[in-house]
Amino acid sequence: MTLRLAIPALLILAVAAIPFAAPQLQLLMNLALAKGIAVVGVTVLLRAGQVSFGHALYFAIAAYAAAFLSASMPGADLALVLLVAISGAVLSGIVVGLFVVRYRGIFFGMLNLAFSMIFWSILEKFYHYTGGADGIRLPRPTVFGMALERGPFELIMFYLSVALVLLLGWFTIRWFASPTGQIFQTIKTNETRLQYLGVSPQRALLSGYILSAALCGTGGVIMGIVQGVVTPEFAWWIRSGEMVFIAVLGGAGSVAGAFVGAVIYEAVRVYASAFAGDIWQLVLGGFLLVIILFAPKGVIGIYDAALARLTGKGLTGKGRSE
Amino acid sequence: MNLTIFLLALFDGIAYAALVFSVAVGLTLIFGVMRILNVAHGSLYAVGAYLTATLTGYALALGFAPLLAFPLMIASAVLVGVLVGGPIEWLLLRRIYNKPEVLQLLVTFAVFMILEDVQRLVWGTQPYFQAAALQALGMVRVFGVNYTVYQLILLPLLALTLLVGLRFFLRHTILGKLILATTEDREAAQSIGINADKVFLVTFIVGAALAGLGGALASPTTSILPGMGADMIVLSFAVVATAGLGQIEGAAFTALLIGLGRSFAVYVWPETAVLVPYLIMLIVLLVRPEGLFGSPTARKI
Repeated sequence: MTLRLAIPALLILAVAAIPFAAPQLQLLMNLALAKGIAVVGVTVLLRAGQVSFGHALYFAIAAYAAAFLSASMPGADLALVLLVAISGAVLSGIVVGLFVVRYRGIFFGMLNLAFSMIFWSILEKFYHYTGGADGIRLPRPTVFGMALERGPFELIMFYLSVALVLLLGWFTIRWFASPTGQIFQTIKTNETRLQYLGVSPQRALLSGYILSAALCGTGGVIMGIVQGVVTPEFAWWIRSGEMVFIAVLGGAGSVAGAFVGAVIYEAVRVYASAFAGDIWQLVLGGFLLVIILFAPKGVIGIYDAALARLTGKGLTGKGRSE
Repeated sequence: MNLTIFLLALFDGIAYAALVFSVAVGLTLIFGVMRILNVAHGSLYAVGAYLTATLTGYALALGFAPLLAFPLMIASAVLVGVLVGGPIEWLLLRRIYNKPEVLQLLVTFAVFMILEDVQRLVWGTQPYFQAAALQALGMVRVFGVNYTVYQLILLPLLALTLLVGLRFFLRHTILGKLILATTEDREAAQSIGINADKVFLVTFIVGAALAGLGGALASPTTSILPGMGADMIVLSFAVVATAGLGQIEGAAFTALLIGLGRSFAVYVWPETAVLVPYLIMLIVLLVRPEGLFGSPTARKI
């Protein structure tokens, strides 16, 4: 049991020490954490047995909301930027969600894809407002009224991301355990029973959908602020596919797996693109097939199995990592 | 909007609808029989287009007549069906028929990602143009509007032939009846001695070949470039979903609806052309979640 607690704690400490121990990794890690938060959004939906091929939509909406706010209100505060961006994602999540929660499976996945393609083409075509394919700059926001230099600002963003990862990860795990979350997960196991209980599956799915949109939006706005520019690529289907990929890689349905998966993915992407840049999607697709066919529980599943062997205890119900 | 522009939009829409139909009908056939939404369908379309452009290029370089482009289109479609579609079903899909729908989607999505890069590796990122087939048939003048014979006459004729041919194939040939029987009830079909594995393989090859044919037919009218597969899979899904998944005749109608909607948008408000197909789909699905021609399924408890 101590091992089970010690390993995650050590990992978190290792991540928190990066700006001092290995500053060259700081930006990479920050992007990975941002992506990880977004992936948790996809993971939430996987818990209800649904897969969305269009969640980059909320990633992009939040990032663009932040960019538009900063453009119309130079020197806006970081807290305000985050708030507006995430509200943007939540609002659009409610509007789109009201429509897509009526569908399951194939339709759910593809309708989300359609919405994200619509948004992507709006971003590309209406270039007077959105800057087209070049995107728009997202100037560095002030922090509590202070205009910071690049170094300290990046440090603040890094620790803000770490804090958000812990907070949102904890919140999501708690949410899964809450009555709403339990009802939400029943959509996967037995939706008919929900209806017999007098619960609206649509409403249950909507609550999870809004949570997932908020998580994706949080990831998107952090990514936008850290990069300093937002482009239509944020909403592209490859982005969405990447999120689904990471969620499956980490372990479908596991919150911790989403972050572990995101860190592994980003690290491999940065170092592998040197010699596999042209066939990157091919590698991803191949990996995805291997995971689905041979290791359906992902990295977290492998980790759990290894841990169980180490501690000499079988995995019984409770041993499952969240 | 004067008559000329109206006619141009109308012809564009019909030609486009014919192309989209041949892709969408393969998608809906595969779904109807196998209950799998093949996300890699868009890639098969793109591969068909690339293959046709390359083969036609070779043929022209060797001094053959441009008319040879037409048999080469058919050849490309068959090649796509057998060489790309066949192995996908044989090696991958066969393993996942009993898995949850989400996993099936993920598998075809993974195939899609792989094929997108394979195209880039084989054909590079430069756009291809190969309009030999388009020029070989010349132009026709209708009500004072000049239009290519290829798009105005050949494409719609082919689409109609496909529609009628597929209907005939499914209802009046042995193989077609076997497919229908397997669709209706796989276990019952197997118990009377139908080889369901073979039926699925044949269906997938036919569906994949239809996607390849769509690409082959599209190749003379557009520049072939990476990313065309992604656009096409979403668009043909829109067509298929608007009609109701598995509805072949319905897909023909909605392809026309969406094709015309898109082409009129091009002339009236070009920025929205990409949006119109999805708007049509969203409106239809809001009112009829099972699609225009689909029937609501009884819930299994």
